[in-house]
Amino acid sequence: MLTIKNLNARVEDKQILKGINLKVNAGEVHAIMGPNGSGKSSLASVLAGRDNYEVLEGEVDLDGKDLLEMSPEDRAREGVFMAFQYPIEIPGVSNINFLRTALNEIRAYRKLPQLDAKQFLKLSKERQKLVEFDAKLVNRSLNEGFSGGEKKRNEIFQLAMLEPKLCVLDETDSGLDIDALRIVSNGVNKLRSKDNAFILITHYQRLLEYIVPDFVHVLYDGRIIKSGTKELALELEEKGYDWLKESFREQPV
Amino acid sequence: MTKQITIPLYTELLEGFSHSDENATDDTLQKIRRAGFENFKKSGFPTRRDEDWKYTTISSFLQEQYHINGIAKELTASAELISEAIVPSLDAYQLVLVNGKLQPHNNNFPGFIKIIPISEAVIQDDVRQHFAGNSTVASGHFAALNTALFSNGLFIEISANAAIDKPLHIVHAFTSATNVFIQPRHLFVVHQGAELNVIETIVSENSLAKIFVNSLTEVIVEENASFNHYVLQTAKTGVRLVNQTDVKQKRHSVYSNYTFCMPKADLIRNNLNVALNAEQTETHLYGLYLGEDQQLIDNHSLIHHKFPHCNSNEIYKGVLLDKATGVFNGKVFVNPEAQKTNAFQQNNNLLLSNNATINTKPQLEIFADDVKCSHGATVGQLSKEAMFYLQSRGIGEEAARALLVNAFAFDVTEKIKIPELEQYINHLIALHIPGNKN
Repeated sequence: MLTIKNLNARVEDKQILKGINLKVNAGEVHAIMGPNGSGKSSLASVLAGRDNYEVLEGEVDLDGKDLLEMSPEDRAREGVFMAFQYPIEIPGVSNINFLRTALNEIRAYRKLPQLDAKQFLKLSKERQKLVEFDAKLVNRSLNEGFSGGEKKRNEIFQLAMLEPKLCVLDETDSGLDIDALRIVSNGVNKLRSKDNAFILITHYQRLLEYIVPDFVHVLYDGRIIKSGTKELALELEEKGYDWLKESFREQPV
Repeated sequence: MTKQITIPLYTELLEGFSHSDENATDDTLQKIRRAGFENFKKSGFPTRRDEDWKYTTISSFLQEQYHINGIAKELTASAELISEAIVPSLDAYQLVLVNGKLQPHNNNFPGFIKIIPISEAVIQDDVRQHFAGNSTVASGHFAALNTALFSNGLFIEISANAAIDKPLHIVHAFTSATNVFIQPRHLFVVHQGAELNVIETIVSENSLAKIFVNSLTEVIVEENASFNHYVLQTAKTGVRLVNQTDVKQKRHSVYSNYTFCMPKADLIRNNLNVALNAEQTETHLYGLYLGEDQQLIDNHSLIHHKFPHCNSNEIYKGVLLDKATGVFNGKVFVNPEAQKTNAFQQNNNLLLSNNATINTKPQLEIFADDVKCSHGATVGQLSKEAMFYLQSRGIGEEAARALLVNAFAFDVTEKIKIPELEQYINHLIALHIPGNKN
């Protein structure tokens, strides 16, 4: 589904990504871990098309299409969804109105018929239930006055509504208490299918107890320095990152 | 008055007045007109030396040769033009004025509402006490000129303790094949305990002729009365609009004004003056201005707290595109006697182009010591973060911008008490956001 080849990117004068290679197939869950400042969130931002990132080199291919050539909205319409680490509050835009606009723009792009009010409401209720999202929050202004946990749960609700094929969760677990983490994880597990794929960016192994990944990658200094299966996450939890950093430095680049 | 020599209209007005003075039929009214004219002669048209006109050079809108008697012609507006004012699915009484003149209508107004042409009303003594209050004459300039030479307009009165069952929608249509200077004059009297909801919509045709409208409306809100006053300015290119509204509030009255200045007209200058002439009044001034091309939209407001225990609240929001210029000036005067005053004011602006300009000036003059007053003014752009968030959910750039501008305007639009009108205003906003032009 997704193939990233030698991706190099910078913010202002600072190069953050220094040759990322990653292949994600449909049905897979990949976890990306790594110390602070290693470039995890930058990778998510580059995939979603945030404009302060400049791609210097490399390719990102989503089912045969060049993702880097697309505007952020076209990436979303092609099926990329990034759950924000810090979801934005937009007073005056109602959550539900925003979702209806988004869903209908995506459907128009995919040449699917628009949902009428009744169909949309039905879908919204069904997905709220699936991800245990509070109905009261649905009609409020987008994220305005939401708690940190409510904002993250809203991201998962949006994900459930928009049905993307590639879901990038940027530290969705940070700032969540145990209950919220369980709810968010349950939501993701219910949404997993053979047709979609997830990239989980996280600091903590804890999330991976709830959402079990097929692969774990360690990102350090803008490169993936080690890949493995879910056992790698446990090893990291136990030993930290230092042993990997050292072995990485010993290798000639 | 050497400074007026360069304005061709000035001479025409002098001649026009002496002509109308000779043909006057009512002595008392003529006295008022003469007083207005004397004040206009003294003050002339405002220049940039007048503090209130510092950012609006009116002379550049008065260079053309305007006709002041062209308005006597019987004109009708096309059905198409009138239909532009329609607020979808709104149930309302409708009145149409063409160039200020009331057109025949078939409304079945309840008996407690009286609607007659202003010229018939002002010859009645009980009406005249409300007409041409000091401020409209003494302030000179356009108000004095209107008093001297107004021709058509409406007198609307609602009886004590009556409430209108649906809004009164007044369509002001302006149309002309030649340059004209039109001076409508209106008077609303909301008697004790009465409730009135009015929507005024200004529409015009796309024409090459310049139409200068110098309109003056007086509003009397008596004790315990309530008036929701919506003004929707959607005139097109060629129209220059100077619109003064003078409101007088009595004890326990509520006056809410909602002004929406939409794109296209060359100039919109609103002077909204509210005199709080008794205790325990409530005043809300909500405004939204959306300027594009080379438009100039200037909103001046004045709330005068003269008695204790009065509340006023003002929120004006502006969105400026292209080379448009916005001006906001909000005066709040609090007299020494007006203790326990609450007065809040806010003006926020979005500049969506590098060439747009806003001049904003809150002006609070407070002479009482036990009051709560605040003001704030901001100028900003759309948040890039918010844009990216919306786009990352598949919403295109234009739709995202429209959503955010609607959200910016929300503080004002949510205050509209007529849902059909709120929906219509949101629709108009979305229509004018860059890239959404049809």
